[in-house]
Amino acid sequence: MSGPTDLKTAPVPNAHSGADHECGHDHDHTQLSAEPNKSALISARRLTVIRQGRELLQKVDLDLWPSEIVTLIGPNGAGKTTLVKALLGLEALDGGTVFKSQGLVTGYVPQKFTLDPALPLTVERFLAVGLTQLASTEKIAATLKEVGALHVLSSQLHQISGGELQRVLLARALLRAPQILILDEPAQGVDLAGEVELYDLISSLSERYRMSVLLVSHDLHTVMARSNRVICLNRHVCCSGIPDTVSKHPEYERLFGAAAAKSIAIYRHDHDHHHDLSGSPAPSPVQAKEDEA
Amino acid sequence: MIEPFLMRAILAAIGLALIAAPLGCFVVWNRMSYFGETIAQASLLGVALALLLQLDLNTTVVAVSIAAAFVVIALSRQRVVPIDSVLGLMHHGTLALGVIVISSLKGQSVDLMGYLFGDIFAVSTQDLWWIGAIGVAVVLVMVKLWRPLLRVSVHEDLARAEGVNTTALRTGFTVVLALVIAVAIKIVGILLAIAFLIVPAVAARPFARNPETMVVVSAGLGVVSVVAGLTMSTSADIPGGPAIVLVMTVIAAASLLFAGRQVPR
Repeated sequence: MSGPTDLKTAPVPNAHSGADHECGHDHDHTQLSAEPNKSALISARRLTVIRQGRELLQKVDLDLWPSEIVTLIGPNGAGKTTLVKALLGLEALDGGTVFKSQGLVTGYVPQKFTLDPALPLTVERFLAVGLTQLASTEKIAATLKEVGALHVLSSQLHQISGGELQRVLLARALLRAPQILILDEPAQGVDLAGEVELYDLISSLSERYRMSVLLVSHDLHTVMARSNRVICLNRHVCCSGIPDTVSKHPEYERLFGAAAAKSIAIYRHDHDHHHDLSGSPAPSPVQAKEDEA
Repeated sequence: MIEPFLMRAILAAIGLALIAAPLGCFVVWNRMSYFGETIAQASLLGVALALLLQLDLNTTVVAVSIAAAFVVIALSRQRVVPIDSVLGLMHHGTLALGVIVISSLKGQSVDLMGYLFGDIFAVSTQDLWWIGAIGVAVVLVMVKLWRPLLRVSVHEDLARAEGVNTTALRTGFTVVLALVIAVAIKIVGILLAIAFLIVPAVAARPFARNPETMVVVSAGLGVVSVVAGLTMSTSADIPGGPAIVLVMTVIAAASLLFAGRQVPR
């Protein structure tokens, strides 16, 4: 592989052409060592996942540190869910390594959660069964209250709303007392007001329990203010950085200020290769390789 | 006074209904009905091979069923055709081979109808012991695997992310399922074996708020069906196994029609 994957090891971020380079903030990933960082919670190096001849992830490097909120953004088909699953050990790797600090407990909220209607299950039972040790009803109720979903405690899991389900899933992750929460589009099926509320909740929980959070989102606006770091993924890490740096960037207003530019903004930061500006699925690997050549 | 043959039939069928209940619920929750059906059908090949090679019938049936199950699992890893097509392939492939082997057994008369539909009134005391032993083993394994199995049924990725070894679990469940199906075949035959697992579970669903309730209700409805079915069978002189399955089906249909409109709150 050439091009974008070399970016991570390139000493000078601006090595790639492009006058209005929005990725000036990608200083941190240029400093990632070749070996996994043993003091990180999770340290991934050169993660590669190939499915049916398609490279879903191309040598992705990533470090997650204690008490930080990291947001993973990128267009559809960028491999965000694949990366999350690879970090969790749910996706077989075709290359690379994932280091996890010893005894690391992760809380996971999957992207798609549908319970087969044939399986009767109350919310309380759903929360209890996720634990190796049976948690007391009080503990479960307290956690549900914390995420603002105590009223569904004895409801059937099938019958709660999308927003309630996301909070219940969050509660299940929290009950494990994790050092890191990995949330794959936790605002699915939630309206905009609810989304802001949910991200506020996640960020306050992260602070209260000193938990790290890795959040997959495609809504940069809502998550920006609450993130310590943003990673733009399009099969490879396009760029990553502190949102503050991004917001001080001269291009910020143009890119993120106008709502119309929002969807484009995310994809226009890295100019030595092409992305589909309409936000439709990214080109096939063959095309991508041609583009990068 | 209950005749000994009838007593054995009742005991065997009640035993089966009890051990089938937890398995049947998992089969329904995980949409494995056709998977179970394929394992059951493959046992005809097991019967044929046992007769051809003069092996122990029960052991051969179980071994062939488990082998078929693992071939299905291996074939389901491809991503070209959906799992029901793979099951259809195995189901008919083993049936074809089974019929060919049975037809080649010259000089032996094979009671094909007996294997296909079972002969509940032919259950021997030795069969009862066999059913009892497998029943105890199955219940012990199911108690041990209950929580992880439930977690996987709820959401496989979530369970795996939380540390459940789904591959080992799937393997264990498949072996237990094959054992229970082998017991069911003794009693109701190859074609009706899976009904004992899934029909009471389906009937129980509208009455359950929790997984364990569904298993208990399912076991209860299974026992009721056995008693009613065998009563019908002896008084109206109709085959026992089909009578039980018919009662189960009527209960399940009524349950879905009248109680299945909404999930209990």
